[in-house]
Amino acid sequence: MSTCLGAAVRHKMLANMLLVRHTEERIQELFLENVIRGTTHLCIGQEAVSVAMAEVVDAARGDTVTCTYRGHGHALALGMPLDSLMAEMMGKASGCSKGKGGSMHLADLEVGLLGTFAVVGAGLPVTNGAALTAQLRGTGAISISIFGDGTPNIGAWHEAVNLAAVWKLPVVFLCENNRYGEYTPYDDTAPVPNVSDRAAAYGIPSAIVDGQDAEAVYPVLLEAAEKARAGEGPTLVEALTYRYRGHSRSDPATYRPEGELERWMERDPIDILAQRMQADGQLTAAAFESLRDQQKAEVQRVTEWAMNEPWPALEETLEDIWAPSGDSAAQREGA
Amino acid sequence: MAVITCRDAVVRALDEEMARDEDVIFFGEDVGKAGGVFKVTPGLFEKYGERRVRDTPISENAIVGAGVGAAVTGMRPVIELMFADFAAVTLDQIVNQAAKLRYMSGGQIQVPLTIRMAQGSAGGFGSQHSQCCESWFMHAPGLKVCVPGNPADILGLLKSAVRDDNPVIFLEHKGQYAERGEVPDHANHLVPMGQARIVREGGDVTIVAVQHMVGVALKAADTLAEQGVECEVIDPRTLVPLDMETIARSVEKTGHLVTVEEAVRAGGWGAEVVSQITENNIWSLEGPVVRVTLGAGIIPFSQPLEEHLLPGPEDVVAAVRRSLES
Repeated sequence: MSTCLGAAVRHKMLANMLLVRHTEERIQELFLENVIRGTTHLCIGQEAVSVAMAEVVDAARGDTVTCTYRGHGHALALGMPLDSLMAEMMGKASGCSKGKGGSMHLADLEVGLLGTFAVVGAGLPVTNGAALTAQLRGTGAISISIFGDGTPNIGAWHEAVNLAAVWKLPVVFLCENNRYGEYTPYDDTAPVPNVSDRAAAYGIPSAIVDGQDAEAVYPVLLEAAEKARAGEGPTLVEALTYRYRGHSRSDPATYRPEGELERWMERDPIDILAQRMQADGQLTAAAFESLRDQQKAEVQRVTEWAMNEPWPALEETLEDIWAPSGDSAAQREGA
Repeated sequence: MAVITCRDAVVRALDEEMARDEDVIFFGEDVGKAGGVFKVTPGLFEKYGERRVRDTPISENAIVGAGVGAAVTGMRPVIELMFADFAAVTLDQIVNQAAKLRYMSGGQIQVPLTIRMAQGSAGGFGSQHSQCCESWFMHAPGLKVCVPGNPADILGLLKSAVRDDNPVIFLEHKGQYAERGEVPDHANHLVPMGQARIVREGGDVTIVAVQHMVGVALKAADTLAEQGVECEVIDPRTLVPLDMETIARSVEKTGHLVTVEEAVRAGGWGAEVVSQITENNIWSLEGPVVRVTLGAGIIPFSQPLEEHLLPGPEDVVAAVRRSLES
């Protein structure tokens, strides 16, 4: 892939990939230390897709994103503050969702993240609705739905892709194909070699990209986004990638063939971009190490801060279920 | 006051709200060009156009999900799932997504979505097109549940549902679409949620019923009146929120409580009403509480079987007698 992005954007992508990587490594440790409870799904190895996606999203214009429970990387890349994420991971009051969501239920409307959906396939239909709002209001905004390679086997995926195609909704369907649906290899559960093959059934364009290379993902997503903004409807983009860790906290991923992980790690998304920047004279080895140290230090600082943050007040337990109704005054009037 | 049908009330509520607020959109299977399978929404497509009134594929997950996503981003969608039984196809979008997104996001997200469905027996629709499903949704905090049973309540509650910032399950009884009733002429008739209506006053026994069963209860009340028993018939109109205050006040007066549901007994709203009365007002009771329901029945196709299973006035009379005479 030739250089297609300026040094500033590359630097931002690299910094964000390092932030995601070190945040998730720290999150895993915090789970093992019982500081974080429940479960978690790490995207270590898949960071390039997150940062490329974030470069396409314009939250100020109204762009929105839904993703899956493997969503820490997307949230951070979109600009969710690390403190907001880390406090949420620990169930603290200052978390993005006041501690009520946790690892699998992140949301930050400020950066366009409608939510990380913890039920496979649930995000795609919701993405369509956000895109419908954009279409009706003529804002030129798009909605991106990110999902894994297991998702096209659930009905909601097909219903959503079909509706988006029929209504020409401004959507980008972005599959992170990391080769495994939970513990089972993709080929054991899907009848077609590529997720993108499914696009033909709905008459929409598709593309397969190298998900380890942020600069390969970006132009493809940008083109899909521009088509969507222009009213040409949805595109299915399949990014080939790999999660270095298991499906979730409790999965040691022993089902993977020997050597597979190592082969993928040779094409690490952070190394690929860093090496290219070094070759182009945009980054020195020392600067890279310094950036890595800086992000590690930031993760550590925020972790310590979050550990000392207060729990939500118990009175909060039943708050935020109900919206105070918009037209309640008018309702009383009519009563 | 004009006399209109329940069917008219639905389309009038949608028309008034769509005229009032451009963010109100309406979509579902066959609701546009065809005017709805139950002919409940004629004219909206012609008046508001294909952008705001949309026919969808037969894809309940996609319909509800699109409603949720549009609601979250600022619209006020009304969607139709045709038969309430079909909500089962998209239960995830309803109970996991629509109901919980606000809570799980710490209050960041609002889901002002109205999900319309037709429920209940209309004679011969069989097991998968006749259920009353209201109690399914009472178990998912975050959802409001409306069960209006006459034109005025349909009109006023549907308008309130559209204006509500929460997801609202709006159940219409398909056997009542042709029933007539008076409605105010002005365009601001709103029925607030959580306010029961005392349909008939009486001092001897409290009967709580919704939709088609209100008529059944009233017939029973006529029979019982001839026998010297005065029934107070209460229609809660919404099950979430549930106006227990009105019901409890009535039970304090009558000392007897009968609930009438066109639905399965276990875990029904009648069980909830009865539980709350026994928890909070047990000393008001002068006889056993009695629930009239379908028991553990499934709606059959055959006419005599279906009519046998559905509660009728004689079942309500028997229930009242049991409460009074035990």
